Amino acid sequence: MTKEEVLVERDDMQIDGGGPDSRQVRADPAGFSADYLKIYYGKLFPCADIYKWLSYGNDGKHPACDHSYIGRREFSFTLEHDIYVRFQSFNNANEMENAIKEKCPFKIDIGPVYSVDPAKRHAYAQAGNNVFTPVERELIFDIDMSDYDDVRYCCSGADVCLDCWPLMTIAIKVMDRALRDDFGFNHILWAYSGRRGVHCWVCDGRARRLSNEQRSSIADYLRVYKGGENNSKKVNLTGPVLHPFLARTYTDVLRGFFEEKLLCSQKLLASEERCQKILELIPDESIAAELLDRWQGNRRSSISKEDVNIARWEQLKHILQSGKQKAQGLRRCVEEIVFSYTYPRLDMEVSKHMNHLLKAPFCVHPKTGRVCVPIDPDNCGDFDPTTVPTLSELLEELNMSRTRAEPENEWERTSLGKSIRFFRSSFLHPLLKSCKEEMESSYNAKLQQSRNSLSW
Amino acid sequence: MEIVRSQRNLTADGPPSLSLYRSAPSLEVRLEDFELYAIDRLRVLKGISDGISRGKKPEEMEKLVSELWRANMRHQDASEVTNKDMISHFVLRLVYCRTEDLRKWFLSMETTLFRYRFRLESPESQRMLMAEFQLPYKALSNAEFETVKDKLGQVARSIGQSSNAETIFFKVPFEEVPELVASRRVFLLKGYAYVAMNQVVSLVVTQFRSNLSKALVLTNRKWTSTIREQEKERLTPIVEALSNSYLGPDYSQPKEFAEISLKDIDQLASNSFPLCMRHLFEKLREDHHLRHGGRMQLGLFLKGVGLKLDDALAFWKMEFSQKVGTERFDKEYAYTIRHNYGKEGKRTDYTPYSCHKIISSTPGVGDHHGCPYRHFSEENLRAALGKIGVGSRALDDVMDKVRNRHYQLACTLTFEAIHAASCDTGINHPNHYFSESQKILKSRIQPTT
Ligand code: SF4
Ligand SMILES: [Zn+2]
Repeated sequence: MTKEEVLVERDDMQIDGGGPDSRQVRADPAGFSADYLKIYYGKLFPCADIYKWLSYGNDGKHPACDHSYIGRREFSFTLEHDIYVRFQSFNNANEMENAIKEKCPFKIDIGPVYSVDPAKRHAYAQAGNNVFTPVERELIFDIDMSDYDDVRYCCSGADVCLDCWPLMTIAIKVMDRALRDDFGFNHILWAYSGRRGVHCWVCDGRARRLSNEQRSSIADYLRVYKGGENNSKKVNLTGPVLHPFLARTYTDVLRGFFEEKLLCSQKLLASEERCQKILELIPDESIAAELLDRWQGNRRSSISKEDVNIARWEQLKHILQSGKQKAQGLRRCVEEIVFSYTYPRLDMEVSKHMNHLLKAPFCVHPKTGRVCVPIDPDNCGDFDPTTVPTLSELLEELNMSRTRAEPENEWERTSLGKSIRFFRSSFLHPLLKSCKEEMESSYNAKLQQSRNSLSW
Repeated sequence: MEIVRSQRNLTADGPPSLSLYRSAPSLEVRLEDFELYAIDRLRVLKGISDGISRGKKPEEMEKLVSELWRANMRHQDASEVTNKDMISHFVLRLVYCRTEDLRKWFLSMETTLFRYRFRLESPESQRMLMAEFQLPYKALSNAEFETVKDKLGQVARSIGQSSNAETIFFKVPFEEVPELVASRRVFLLKGYAYVAMNQVVSLVVTQFRSNLSKALVLTNRKWTSTIREQEKERLTPIVEALSNSYLGPDYSQPKEFAEISLKDIDQLASNSFPLCMRHLFEKLREDHHLRHGGRMQLGLFLKGVGLKLDDALAFWKMEFSQKVGTERFDKEYAYTIRHNYGKEGKRTDYTPYSCHKIISSTPGVGDHHGCPYRHFSEENLRAALGKIGVGSRALDDVMDKVRNRHYQLACTLTFEAIHAASCDTGINHPNHYFSESQKILKSRIQPTT
């Protein structure tokens, strides 16, 4: 094959390249088009890896492999012009790759594994006795920055920037640790949603087989922040001490992020309105009034060096935690404020049911042109949504590099390379290894059992 | 527990009186008893269902269940009590195995009943029941206990219990105690939950529930394949009558006021919608949008009060198109509306949500569904009630009920205040609220015409 010229207009690249706006993830329609996407799917999208992942070892030769497994998984495509096609299924890697290349979906969603091939669900329904129902599904979480609009002042809605992104970092740290340490899961994939949030896929066999009730219980365990538009106090911490999970979360993650980052970067106590919002969380009105009084007083006599947010926070803590406030509720109040401003806000419905769809990693977000790359939870503090590769950048990189790579490894030449390498080495390979072991041991157990019953 | 235990001693010395209902009794049953026993048990289950939807706390539920049981399941002959328990349970399995909704209801009520009866058993017979379930759990060894002792104490204190070195703990996969996990009442480490002896009920209940759930599916199969036909003359009519007479209407088909038309809808909303629906309705008019939970709650309610499919489509379109445009509405939202009316997709029947379901929902950021009595802050609720014309005295009564978590009673009081009429049946379904309201309003118009 001769080297193809990739159609990228250089002007677009300039817009994307620099300027003050680059610190924010904004919609950039110029960086996305069906033509670009075709090339992306043809040369860069790690289709084979995704197929491997979702096969969970069932595509191998082991006698315990369930060859119907991947064919029962639902995929859904959002095509150009918002055409939404549900219940796609693929029986092998080729089928999947061809469908993606041919249909060039703007978005690929992954659904559950059903009892029967979802594409043939009507035929089964007519046959009668076969129920079409989800039987396996990763435990998933969806955290969306637009749910944090009441605690960030830098952007709102779908926009994110480096000042608010730490809220996502917190979410990843808190949840990843709980999923591993408390629930004992090992195969967890975090991915950037392409615009304003993160997705989490828990892929252990044990997680995939959870019932809806068990999923709900995990989501509830992790849920502290209670939304609902008509409820002003969203965090209620009761009991004389915190549950070990919450206590650890507070001291190891939330407190540090709140005091060292968000307090100043979001200027949480910089204006009267913002102060009021925090004071509303203090149940004792006289204390709230006293604080407000003081803060109004020291506005002019600004304590020169110290940041006003920090100074005010220290005063608040001092009053609420001083010996005078024996009352439980008031001491807990400092923690409640920190939880309200930092604790992960989950979309509960996504996690509670098996049949929710979630966007596949490595898709390209049509509005921003950014790729949904995996995020390393151990270094999530370094993740920068504003430097995530965009579709047009990647194609430019392909164009620029003169060295030829193997056709199946073209991504090596682009900045997507490190994401794919990370996906393989820290998620896919360990996952497949343990799938194999699990398969082996359950197969042996079965053999053992049948042997026993024979000899008996 | 202490008091309960001594009470127990009067009745049971020896094997527990609580049955796991493993197999149907091979007893001779007189046909009248068959029906009577079932009705008595239904009274217990209905009482439990009411208790749950009133938001009763565990201690209150425990008391309620033991009272209900005593009042309805007693038998002059003590040895007959166990028989009655068995027979009535298996009869109701037949009655409630036949649809998904019936099974769900029965499963949840029987499980609750079992839970509280288990709590009333002595520790001795509790342990025997655990053995009967063949739960493979071993008590935590001393060495292991030492390594997690502090955390276990911390959990106990976090739920307001004193930590006790004497307590026996079991280490079980977290999947088996979902309710303890959900409420953070256990310590979790690497996939295991550390369950204290006094929480064991949760383990047993999970087991009970999953056994019963499987059994119901089997019973359903047997019912459709053989029993219904075989018992055509004898049991089938009884079974069918039983389920109808006791579940109450499900409001999936509008009945009394057959149809409402689009032009009346604003007036109906302000006169006869309960607060939960009125709030959604107003938010929709205001924002021209509702998130999924809100669309389902309001949409099914409207179906239940008699808004026809075409009108429903027109109604939602009118609002949503202002926000997302007509095209997107047709593409993304029209489907679910048709779906709710059973016109598209799998034709499961989408019944309007009951208060119980609404009260136990979990609205998130940006959501407006749920029950205002439960999900609004006190301040917002007061404002909302004031706006619809609840006077200050009535308002205090309503708030009082809310504080005691009697949400449906609060709703009933609101109904009475607004309509200046009593509502003896109480509110247990938003569509019920609507039909009661219409009944009163129509009766007031009639005399003048
Ligand atoms: S009690 Fe029922 S009808 Fe009344 S507001 Fe709540 S959910 Fe609606
Ligand atoms: Zn920002």
